[in-house]
Amino acid sequence: MSVDLSPIDQSLLEEIASIHGMPKGAYNIRKDGQLLERNSSANIEISTKTDNPGIDIHIKPGTKGETVYIPVILTASGLKDVVYNSFYVGENCDVNIIAGCGIHNSCDQDSEHDGIHSFYCGENSRVRYIEKHYGEGEGAGMRILNPVTNVYLEKNSYCEMELTQIRGVSSTVRDTNAEVGEGAKLVLNEKLLTHDEQTAVSNMKVELKGDDSSVQVISRSVAQGNSSQTFNPLVIGQAACRGHVQCDAIIMDKARVTAIPGIEAASEEAVLVHEAAIGKIAGDQIVKLMTLGLSEEEAEAEILEDFLS
Amino acid sequence: MLELRNVSFEVAREEGSKETKRIIDNLSLTIEDDKFTVITGPNGGGKSTLAKLIMGVEQPTSGQIFFDGVDITHQSIAERAKLGIGYGFQQPARFKGMKVKKLLDLSAGKKLPMLACNEYLTKVGLCSATYLTREVDKSLSGGEMKRIEIATILARDPKLAIYDEPEAGIDLWSFDRLTETFRDIHSARNGRSIVIISHQERIIQLADDIIWLKDGRVEAEGSAETIMPRLGLLAKDNPFCTLTHPTELHLTEIPTTC
Ligand SMILES: Nc1ncnc2c1ncn2[C@@H]1O[C@H](COP(=O)(O)OP(=O)(O)O)[C@@H](O)[C@H]1O
Ligand SMILES: [Mg+2]
Repeated sequence: MSVDLSPIDQSLLEEIASIHGMPKGAYNIRKDGQLLERNSSANIEISTKTDNPGIDIHIKPGTKGETVYIPVILTASGLKDVVYNSFYVGENCDVNIIAGCGIHNSCDQDSEHDGIHSFYCGENSRVRYIEKHYGEGEGAGMRILNPVTNVYLEKNSYCEMELTQIRGVSSTVRDTNAEVGEGAKLVLNEKLLTHDEQTAVSNMKVELKGDDSSVQVISRSVAQGNSSQTFNPLVIGQAACRGHVQCDAIIMDKARVTAIPGIEAASEEAVLVHEAAIGKIAGDQIVKLMTLGLSEEEAEAEILEDFLS
Repeated sequence: MLELRNVSFEVAREEGSKETKRIIDNLSLTIEDDKFTVITGPNGGGKSTLAKLIMGVEQPTSGQIFFDGVDITHQSIAERAKLGIGYGFQQPARFKGMKVKKLLDLSAGKKLPMLACNEYLTKVGLCSATYLTREVDKSLSGGEMKRIEIATILARDPKLAIYDEPEAGIDLWSFDRLTETFRDIHSARNGRSIVIISHQERIIQLADDIIWLKDGRVEAEGSAETIMPRLGLLAKDNPFCTLTHPTELHLTEIPTTC
């Protein structure tokens, strides 16, 4: 525990994982492509991968109430960090996984982090995964994040993923793939705010393979400035399953949002629904908040904050 | 005291058309402090527009508006809010992701203690245990939204409060609670003015003063004693508006007790 965190490191970690200093329990903190500090717990073992850069996280069957932290920070410019993290969650677990990547780039060279995360959730397990992406720094260098998330849900397991990117990331292409087994449920909550010249693409492919499997995709986004966003979620129902995709975007300034929610049923017992709505902030919302004494700017900020909360 | 002097509000008859239509027609009226005023009259008579002109949501085409002696005709909505004008909308706005608690805090201009939130929600017949953490989005029914809108004005406690058809969409049981609340507001007004736009006889009965608005003009105004007996006649002139008792009895599953 002798690692010195700079103030920039500390504030990045706080931003993406809400941790102050080193967390308790199992964690793995990666900085500029290197391991900074790692700790395994009695039930959660973190080890270095032998084939690729990255880590394997093994969670013992029956582990309940534990949280594992695996944040990544990038403060060096001109670095492209690719990392593979695999989570093997045993049966009957109930755990939280806090991930996230914070980039501080104050130079003119690009910084990039591509995290390839795979989750194997054992029978009857519950996993809550929280991932925050954040960028800062004055440099002209791009802050790029291209995460790939693969989720495999075994019988009756449940996985809830909160994927958030609020401000500061120049370019992102997010690929999320899931296979949902019998009685299992996946909840994907995606929150995104882009501004200036940023671009974001989110591709999702969820295969509902077992009877009584289900998925709920809720995407909320705000596009400001000249930024552009594309949503491409696809839910495929191959059994007696339920799928619901909801894309909701607020568009401002000269931004552009494309939403192409797709559903594909290969079973007559599949019930799949998708909704997409893109629009500016409703005038009656701003007016109501102004009647409560807020200025137009304050009202707008309040509405966006709640929308993405 | 609120005073409107020769206020008119015109809109284009059709989109892009040069021809205009008068919604509010050279209207002058005074609302005294410490008074409970009901504005009533036929649908489309301009009641909501009048309220929006007072709040600053709409700008008059001509005329002036004074509040406590200050000319507020060209003040922004927020400035008027800070001077003490509040408006509960006929059609309340919904907010995705905003909790009822947050909306009440914003209304009060500070973080409210739970006890205060309980009080405001109870006054509109909602159980705070159930509602404080609910989102003010389309998951709430029209009647629930309406009551939360009223609660925002209670939390704000403005010097001049305007409630726009607070009874709309509210079931009979909650309506009783609501009339009681307006009766309480009336007795606790302490110099504040309350304006309620309403068609409900039981709310009109609470009024000190009544204003009958039709075609953007005040067709009758005065103390409740003088206007009440004339309401039937005034309404008869207009086939679209008759005074109603709260007979629309839709039993909802909204818990009204805690
Ligand atoms: N901004 C506007 N543009 C066009 N027509 C309007 C506008 N505001 C109000 N009106 C019209 O003015 C009339 C009065 O409306 P309103 O004030 O809502 O009446 P009330 O509240 O008495 O039922 C209606 O015919 C309405 O359609
Ligand atoms: Mg109206």
